[in-house]
Amino acid sequence: MRRFAKAILGLGLVLALGLAAAPATAQTPRKGGTLRILVHPEPPHVVTALGQASGTVTIGGKIFEGLLTFDFGLNPKPGLAERWERSADGLTYTFHLRRNAKWHDGKPFTAADVVFTTQEFLMKTHPRARSVFSRVASVETPDDHTVVYKLKERFSPFLYAFELSGAPMMPKHIYAGTEFDKNPANAKPVGTGPFRFVSWTRGESLQLERNPDYYREGRPYLDAISFHFIPDAAARTVALEQGLVDQAQFDAVQFTDLERLKKNPALTIADKGQEFIAPLILMDMNSRRPPFGDKRFRKALLHSIDRNFIKDRIFYGQGKVPTGPISSSTRYYISDVPRYDYDPEKAKALLDEMGLKPGADGTRAEIKILALPYGDHWTRLGEYLRESFRRVGVRATVENTDPGNWIQRYTNWDYDIVYTFFYQYADPALGVARTYLCSNVRKVFLANANGYCNQRIDDLFSAATSETDEAKKQAAYDEIQKTLIEDLPTAPLLELQFPVVLNRRVHDAITTAHGPNDAYADAWLAR
Amino acid sequence: MTAFQRFRTNLAACVGLAILAAMVLLAATAPLIFPTSPWEMVGEPYLRPLEGPYLLGTDMLGRDIAAGIAHGARVSLMLALVATVAATGLGILLGAFAGYCGGAVDEVVMRATEFFQTIPSFLLAVVLVALFSPSILSIVVAIAVVSWPGVARLVRGQFLSLRQAEFVQAALVLGEPTWRIIFRQILPNAIGPVIVTASLMVATAILLESSLSFLGLGDPDLMSWGYMIGASRNLIRDAWWMCTFPGVAIFLTVLSINLVGDGLGDALNPRLTA
Repeated sequence: MRRFAKAILGLGLVLALGLAAAPATAQTPRKGGTLRILVHPEPPHVVTALGQASGTVTIGGKIFEGLLTFDFGLNPKPGLAERWERSADGLTYTFHLRRNAKWHDGKPFTAADVVFTTQEFLMKTHPRARSVFSRVASVETPDDHTVVYKLKERFSPFLYAFELSGAPMMPKHIYAGTEFDKNPANAKPVGTGPFRFVSWTRGESLQLERNPDYYREGRPYLDAISFHFIPDAAARTVALEQGLVDQAQFDAVQFTDLERLKKNPALTIADKGQEFIAPLILMDMNSRRPPFGDKRFRKALLHSIDRNFIKDRIFYGQGKVPTGPISSSTRYYISDVPRYDYDPEKAKALLDEMGLKPGADGTRAEIKILALPYGDHWTRLGEYLRESFRRVGVRATVENTDPGNWIQRYTNWDYDIVYTFFYQYADPALGVARTYLCSNVRKVFLANANGYCNQRIDDLFSAATSETDEAKKQAAYDEIQKTLIEDLPTAPLLELQFPVVLNRRVHDAITTAHGPNDAYADAWLAR
Repeated sequence: MTAFQRFRTNLAACVGLAILAAMVLLAATAPLIFPTSPWEMVGEPYLRPLEGPYLLGTDMLGRDIAAGIAHGARVSLMLALVATVAATGLGILLGAFAGYCGGAVDEVVMRATEFFQTIPSFLLAVVLVALFSPSILSIVVAIAVVSWPGVARLVRGQFLSLRQAEFVQAALVLGEPTWRIIFRQILPNAIGPVIVTASLMVATAILLESSLSFLGLGDPDLMSWGYMIGASRNLIRDAWWMCTFPGVAIFLTVLSINLVGDGLGDALNPRLTA
């Protein structure tokens, strides 16, 4: 009997696997068609090298390319560079460029463009790139298709800087000697990507067409991509539901609409494609202000929060409950760290231990939450935190403000508790270290605002950044993660997955760690 | 026929008064019926009305909507009342002096009211609340600031005409001090229309407060009807009950106050003897 049951089970498994695998193999890409994408809000421009607003990167990512792209596991893949190598001492990086890549105006893409982009253009316009490329001692171009970077000191995350939003390649023959942000080419961008700029009717739509000279044979499959700007959220949802557009991502989709969109058989929601940015929502606690200086207080607050509720009810299942300061899709993440389960009793015990006994009205302490003014779900999160804290006797009030004021107060350390999301940028040295380094306690937006300072952490980050031995690097990050989750200067609330909604007729769109920002050379539309 | 008798025979006004009384009762007993905070996430989110133990269902975070309505009634009525008292007080004071003294004082006060009346009142309220950060105090102040000019002009008009009345002349001849003439002689005779205006102003204040909260400019720690609608407006296709019930509450309250206000207007008008 049992054997029979096993056989049935096995048969079922085979069938299930077969069915699951079938659609992936059965369909061959089809050429042609226009992919229609909703973008909200409409970006001020689409030149990725000049600014990285989400709409700019989604559109600009199809026009401009980086030397590398990254797969879901964050391994480098060829972009404009077809090969690359790192010297044994970790100081020299050599990129071999595609020989048949051309700018949209027909001029060849060469090593001179790469040097111009990283050492001149981005130095003026892109703070994140500047912090990486200022580490370069010299760049050589032995021939038109080879670029050799020599670094001042070892910097192991170097390759991650060459991704599409970190170092989008810009044409030297158009921009050299001009004011980059005032160049007329910004209105009619010239890149190397699979799609060329056609037109932009402000407030309505932006059109790209297939680049027939693209260096990858037979790519792209699509004839064109059009981006549509619809300011009204309800109208955007209807456009998706009725199949008037094929894709919407990031702020173009409201979390509150996800339940109904999931039920629509024509639509699917991507669960991959944000490994590179890996947005992690942190609750930042200002350690300068009592009682936040005591880590038992910070721990008590985290124990009072049901992070599954945040994930399921506020962000409608879009994400994962984090375990530590590094997102699980980022390099060097470990899961083996102390956990902070939802446990209000433990929170109360910690507060008791600190001597914060409840007063006559049950209040142990009073704190303020500076709510993030970026939309309804962020307001709900603030309200949820307030009620969670109240349940353990910490009386919290929410402060509402406008985005400008919010940034100013966060930047100038004028808060008790603030929460927002941080991009990880693949390597913890790029997106994680900034929040915890003593050397980054500065009044600069998204620097170390909470005031946490532990020299050991600075040393470990600096060791990991210059280490090229993966095992040693991992060991440094192990200790960093264990220390930070124990000290808890910030509390990780959610590994956020922004909503990306696709019509099922769209295939092979989300194929890299850049998700909807990718160039879409492989994307195709079924009939 | 006394004013009270006239009011009593006005059916619409009585219905309005009944609804208003019910709202006031709800507001007064809210902490008894719903002892927990209306922000408390008591149950499963997205419960439909009567689906669980909650009469009007729960919202997206599992907060009891009925509790929100009851506590929201407290906030709405209280805020509106305080703002109206403040606006009316200021309006009476300035209008009385302007109307009684005339001349330069009148000029200054009237130019000031014109200044406020030419700015769209809701926009001014939004700016004021945003400027002083949203709190119960800033909202009351904002509503009062945009509401007082109407009262001031009304009172001024009354004073201008009553100033020439014989009983005022008599008081002047008897040597009564000015403040006594203003507050003891003229004001009681001018107060009828002011009461009517003020009662209608409560309704406007409720709408103003709801609109501010709807835009996210309410006091973030106070549950109000406008907030409830604003927070759930995205969900109207999926969860109609979350914004419908607070909407009905606003509608009923504002309607009832208007009915009562109209009834008062008729009752206090001595020329109407129906």
